[in-house]
Amino acid sequence: MLKFIKQHMETIAGIEIYPMISLLIFFTFFVLLFWWVFTSRKEYIEKVKQLPLDPSDSQNL
Amino acid sequence: MQTFSYDNKIVNKFMIATLVWGAVGMLVGLLLAFLFLFPNLTDDIPWLSFGRLRPLHTNAVIFAFVGNALFAGIYYSMQRLLKARMFSDFLSNVNFWGWQLIIVAAAITLPLGITTSKEYAELEWPIDIAIALIWVAFGINMIGTILKRREQHLYVAIWFYIATFVTVAVLHIFNSFEWPVNLLKSYSVYAGVQDALVQWWYGHNAVAFFLTTPFLGIMYYFVPKIANRPVYSYKLSIVHFWSLIFIYIWAGPHHLLYSSLPDWAQNLGVVFSVMLIAPSWGGMINGLLTLRGVWDKVRVEPVLKFMVVAITGYGMATFEGPMLSLKNINAIAHFTDWVIAHVHVGALAWNGFMAFGMIYWLVPRLTKTPLFSNRLANLHFWIGTLGIVMYALPMYVAGFTQAFLWKQFNPDGSLMYGNFLETVNQIVPMYWMRAIGGSLYLVGVLIGIYNIIKTYAKGSAVEDELTEALPLQKIKKSRMAGETLHGWLERKPVQLTLLATVAILIGGAIQIIPTLLIKSNIPTISSVKPYTPLELEGRDIYIREGCVSCHSQMVRPFRSETERYGEYSKAGEFVYDHPFLWGSKRTGPDLHRVGGKYNDNWHFNHMYDPQSTSQGSLMPAYKWLIRNKLDTDDLQKKMQVMANLGVPYTEEEIQQAYEDLTAQAMKIEESLKNDPDFVLSYEADRADKTASGEPFIEMHQREIVALIAYLQRLGTDIKASNTSLNE
Repeated sequence: MLKFIKQHMETIAGIEIYPMISLLIFFTFFVLLFWWVFTSRKEYIEKVKQLPLDPSDSQNL
Repeated sequence: MQTFSYDNKIVNKFMIATLVWGAVGMLVGLLLAFLFLFPNLTDDIPWLSFGRLRPLHTNAVIFAFVGNALFAGIYYSMQRLLKARMFSDFLSNVNFWGWQLIIVAAAITLPLGITTSKEYAELEWPIDIAIALIWVAFGINMIGTILKRREQHLYVAIWFYIATFVTVAVLHIFNSFEWPVNLLKSYSVYAGVQDALVQWWYGHNAVAFFLTTPFLGIMYYFVPKIANRPVYSYKLSIVHFWSLIFIYIWAGPHHLLYSSLPDWAQNLGVVFSVMLIAPSWGGMINGLLTLRGVWDKVRVEPVLKFMVVAITGYGMATFEGPMLSLKNINAIAHFTDWVIAHVHVGALAWNGFMAFGMIYWLVPRLTKTPLFSNRLANLHFWIGTLGIVMYALPMYVAGFTQAFLWKQFNPDGSLMYGNFLETVNQIVPMYWMRAIGGSLYLVGVLIGIYNIIKTYAKGSAVEDELTEALPLQKIKKSRMAGETLHGWLERKPVQLTLLATVAILIGGAIQIIPTLLIKSNIPTISSVKPYTPLELEGRDIYIREGCVSCHSQMVRPFRSETERYGEYSKAGEFVYDHPFLWGSKRTGPDLHRVGGKYNDNWHFNHMYDPQSTSQGSLMPAYKWLIRNKLDTDDLQKKMQVMANLGVPYTEEEIQQAYEDLTAQAMKIEESLKNDPDFVLSYEADRADKTASGEPFIEMHQREIVALIAYLQRLGTDIKASNTSLNE
């Protein structure tokens, strides 16, 4: 009975490459993300952080 | 300085719609909770039957309540973060009124049984098209606003909104490929395993990109605003955003563990679901730590109380999600009320409380008057929180209890609770507590609505809020020369949108393309044949009545399931199932191997009065199936559409459809006549009708016969003969 669920993927040519490609994409993605975040400029972070708090909005009742 | 105004009117409209639809959606939910306790509460009213109302409840809560809330939050915060009025008032109104029309269309069609049966995507194809158009109107309005902004940098909330727009568009379009039979009926172009994979890729990511990302944007805007301090860590929010959207999209197959989905896809889903806890908790921590130093405010400010419970609920649900994705835990939780508990923690705490926190904060600002009553808001908060606990806890207990009862064996190897009903009756007290918890939550919502109405009545609405800001400066060439990738990307919304799209497409593509492209990926089984015309019509009745809400068609490869139901389900058995009907909840038993298990009369009596054949059953009666004449007008068209989708119906079979249908129906009528009681009542009915001059519908022409034909066919292809694989 196992033959029904096993080896669904075997018929795809070159399937071995899939997990390798996935891992590479995944790894690269996070390396780039952390590189981006850790090297971002402090002024930018500080400025953008304050955006929701803009006092020109008439927020206080 | 440029002077301009923010459009508050549109925000008000979306908020009012949120409250109205929230009450409606939850009321329907409460009715469903009571149907568990009194199955025949709405006896013989087809459009109020459980199977038809369940999708109405889920659609109303997700798309009407949460949908309108997210639009309100986005339309308010985006204008202020970008220092610009919405791109087009016309598009804002198209978005609003179009969305409400879609909701009304859903509220009409779903109770009428017009459904595709795919969870959270039940609406039929014309409404699907309308959704796509309105969504695009929303997207144009949003991107237009971003382009004419007066603020150089895009705050992270805007990123979340962009990802929401892009991903929901992609998901909705790919999951809604269907071939119309007529204006109100279509078949999914995918079948069986493929349909399941696409559907849960959609279903899971609807949770991610409709219920989560827009609300995270709302959290990142409103929590700092209300606490009057910036977000705890902006860098963390960047990591949160990118890793969340990148990882989420891979996790869909965790809804299909131990099903007939290929193992590799299941495992991929598990791995990514477990990873998902990192960005989710990163976001939760970021939200809660924003309140560092102002926890004293939480004591007095109801708005912050709602937000804190909402974020905590998010943390709980996103811890639970990865746990539920582990195969050994999923083996217990899947198909049980545990999942119901899980989704309600998300909906009631995260979405519900975030929406109410936001509304309690917005309404006073949009009407320039303090909230009518802080005490009522506090009451709403406490009664709602109690409601969430009272709802979720019993459902967890019910889930565990039932799962363990399903798996109990006697020493001799037989099932201890061989009758499914024994496992249901044990958890009825939990259903009672759930109904009470749900009622509490709804009472809280009604108190909230009263409070808001009073506030509106007291204040004066500021429809166009005047403000001023400097126009966006052109960036000098010299500044751009030394710019890093950061600066470039952060001020380029279009590039950011494209990158976000790529991030979400990668996961989707890796999962879905292999299964879609390679036909031999799904092994065919030679004894599996297309449905006969009568069975096809019966299947459509099964879809119409929403049987899939309570009955799965997926026997998992566990001893406890093969013992109870029979041979476990194979991928190859579903190749002609447009759409798949595996289901996600077992309020009643699995039906995949029900074919041949009972005789035709049993099914007939069971549909007429479920409690007569199964004492204590929670199933409502389906008396109208026994009265109604089967509508076969579109039969040949249905078969033709199926043939177009790859089901091997020959021209001849389609030509002969009506003869085949009648022949099979006559056989079932004959077999029903084996029961003398049936003959007696049937003849009495005939005499009645003749006496009163009403037209009499022969039994073989009625809907019940088609449904019996379908139920008797279920899962028998493999039983019937020695199965063999077609390589």
